Amino acid sequence: MSALIKVDHLTRVFDVSKPWLNRVIERLPRALLTAVSDVSFEIEENSVYALVGESGSGKSTIGKIVVGLVPPSEGAVEVEGVDLATETDAARVEAVRADIQMIFQDPYASLNPRWRVRDIIAEPVAAKGGDTRGLAEKLLEQVGLSARDADKYPHEFSGGQRQRICIARALASGPKIIVCDEPTSALDVSVQAQVLNLMSDLREELGLTYLFISHDLTVVHHMADRIGVLYLGRLVEEAPRDRLFDDPKHPYTRMLFDAAPRMDAFGREVDPPKGEIPDAINPPSGCAFHPRCPLAIDRCSRERPEMRRIGDTRVACHVAE
Amino acid sequence: MTDTPVLSVRNLVVEIPTRRGILRPVDNVSYDIHAGEILGVVGESGAGKSMTGNAVIGLLDRPARITSGEILLSGQPIHNLKGEALRRLRGKKMGMIFQDPLTSLNPLLTVGDQLTETILEHLGVSQQQARERAIAALEEVGIPAARSRIDSYPHEFSGGMRQRVVIALALCAEPDLVIADEPTTALDVSVQAQIVALLKRLCRERGVAVMLVTHDMGVIAEAADRVAVMYAGRLAELGPVREVLTAARHPYTSGLMASTPLASQGHERLRQIPGAMPRLGNLPDGCAFHPRCDYAQDRCRRDPGPTLETCDGRAACWFPLGAERKQEVGA
Ligand SMILES: Nc1ncnc2c1ncn2[C@@H]1O[C@H](COP(=O)(O)OP(=O)(O)OP(=O)(O)O)[C@@H](O)[C@H]1O
Ligand SMILES: Nc1ncnc2c1ncn2[C@@H]1O[C@H](COP(=O)(O)OP(=O)(O)OP(=O)(O)O)[C@@H](O)[C@H]1O
Ligand code: SF4
Ligand code: SF4
Ligand SMILES: [Mg+2]
Ligand SMILES: [Mg+2]
Repeated sequence: MSALIKVDHLTRVFDVSKPWLNRVIERLPRALLTAVSDVSFEIEENSVYALVGESGSGKSTIGKIVVGLVPPSEGAVEVEGVDLATETDAARVEAVRADIQMIFQDPYASLNPRWRVRDIIAEPVAAKGGDTRGLAEKLLEQVGLSARDADKYPHEFSGGQRQRICIARALASGPKIIVCDEPTSALDVSVQAQVLNLMSDLREELGLTYLFISHDLTVVHHMADRIGVLYLGRLVEEAPRDRLFDDPKHPYTRMLFDAAPRMDAFGREVDPPKGEIPDAINPPSGCAFHPRCPLAIDRCSRERPEMRRIGDTRVACHVAE
Repeated sequence: MTDTPVLSVRNLVVEIPTRRGILRPVDNVSYDIHAGEILGVVGESGAGKSMTGNAVIGLLDRPARITSGEILLSGQPIHNLKGEALRRLRGKKMGMIFQDPLTSLNPLLTVGDQLTETILEHLGVSQQQARERAIAALEEVGIPAARSRIDSYPHEFSGGMRQRVVIALALCAEPDLVIADEPTTALDVSVQAQIVALLKRLCRERGVAVMLVTHDMGVIAEAADRVAVMYAGRLAELGPVREVLTAARHPYTSGLMASTPLASQGHERLRQIPGAMPRLGNLPDGCAFHPRCDYAQDRCRRDPGPTLETCDGRAACWFPLGAERKQEVGA
């Protein structure tokens, strides 16, 4: 097994300072927000790697760095051995870009309302001067729509159908990897099931590899082979799916699992999690989770835990075992 | 203690006149909510959940309006109230919590001013007492250091804290009924768990009746006593939460449950309900679910749509699931 994607000590810092003049007048310091902090993981070919975490944990930023929409501040992403941020050979960059596509949460916003579905789907190929004859029709059938839909406009479709169109467009260039950022979060469960099943089928038929971003633990559990848990831009735990759900080791992972509503937990009295996610501009010292952690010890506020390997789990916690 | 439900909705119909005809986003809906009870309302987007809630609190946006049916609050009809009478009742007897806390909060007033204003308007207390009550209300919903944060503006709170403020605002005049429309949908899992626990506690301790609209079956399972499943403006199923979720009688409910990924399923294919919910202007004849239903028969397409009343009171379906077994037991 070889890694198709290698994410290596990835860090991304955003400058969220007010304009220079305001800072001078209001005597404010520069504000830097670390959206992704020293994250490393690998994705194997034809597998589904999921990133979970709450809002602002850095999931989308990692996804955008992986497809090359946002450059990293430090560290690197290698796709098929090519680092998109530094590679100078234009032909190699082009080839890798065609191999990796992205699908977003909102199927409404990501389709141009004035274009026919045929043109929307074929656009990534047409832009490179490729042959688009019959392409949209073939892809529409592949994602469970009909070839006749090619002549219609996006507004004529329901939310789930639009997400299928987005998937068809992502498939147009014949990619190997699809980064899916909350692909079903805007959909109803019955429609979500259609889209998740389609994604599973395509993975088998086309040998696709997914980086699957979601905050929904049940969806992640259903789709993923390997799962990384993010907290405030840091990867706190990573493990194969069943390992993670059967034996979560990081206190944050446990808190997240305990808090998630369960369909079989009638009238369950949860002891709700304490506190809130801290401000990403001034994260807590040491382990970012220490102000909320029931297991925190002195060392946790001073020293950031390194990623350690325990069996087939990787976990960043001083006390986990 | 009396047996009169806090809220009683009887054959409620909401209509929207359009150029292409009259739409019925709420069609003949009836249900009760008792004191201290949480009724969960689920269904796909566009099913009419928010319309039903808005009709109850008298907040329908024109041109939508109630065209028939009754809404009784502790036995008193309220569907005909207008203007000032309705507004007073809304603050005093009914509280509401929406998905986006910012729609319920005035960005220009401090949280304390908004709370004291509501308390002063509805409860006969002094300014000083109102402020103390406001602080107590914030403490009750878990705002840390409420006394020092009461003079902050909404934007100075995080999303989860704002939703707590909205809950405090909805409850500060001690209403009998709270309508919560997707109160946790925009929030993170950990904050959602806090808010759901809070709603449950307040409902139990204060005996408030709660209508909890959400599309999250997990939230329903953990919080609701009974659940109403809506489809295309009608009630598809209504019953105790455990029974509806574990032994659905309506094929739509059963489909919803089967299409929700469960931890125990692993990578197995999800069951999917084919197609999508029809648009209101284009409802199929008969049972509105029949084009998507695995069990549809001639009668489903031919007869007028089944309702809870014309069926067994639990599922609006001519051929409910598990019914044969029920007959055997009954015989
Ligand atoms: N272009 C940007 N400029 C400044 N800050 C940004 C930018 N993009 C993201 N951030 C910040 O980086 C952090 C991580 O954001 P990101 O969108 O990656 O989170 P996420 O895990 O995808 O969250 P969500 O679940 O809400 O989508 C957040 O604090 C966000 O505000
Ligand atoms: N002004 C309007 N004109 C026509 N149809 C409308 C209007 N307002 C609402 N509707 C329709 O009324 C129906 C019920 O809407 P409602 O907001 O109650 O759905 P909901 O169940 O709350 O859905 P969601 O889960 O998306 O919030 C929808 O089909 C909607 O399209
Ligand atoms: S390192 Fe310390 S604070 Fe962080 S999760 Fe582990 S025990 Fe808790
Ligand atoms: S009435 Fe018929 S079509 Fe409607 S849900 Fe029941 S079986 Fe299905
Ligand atoms: Mg995101
Ligand atoms: Mg709604």
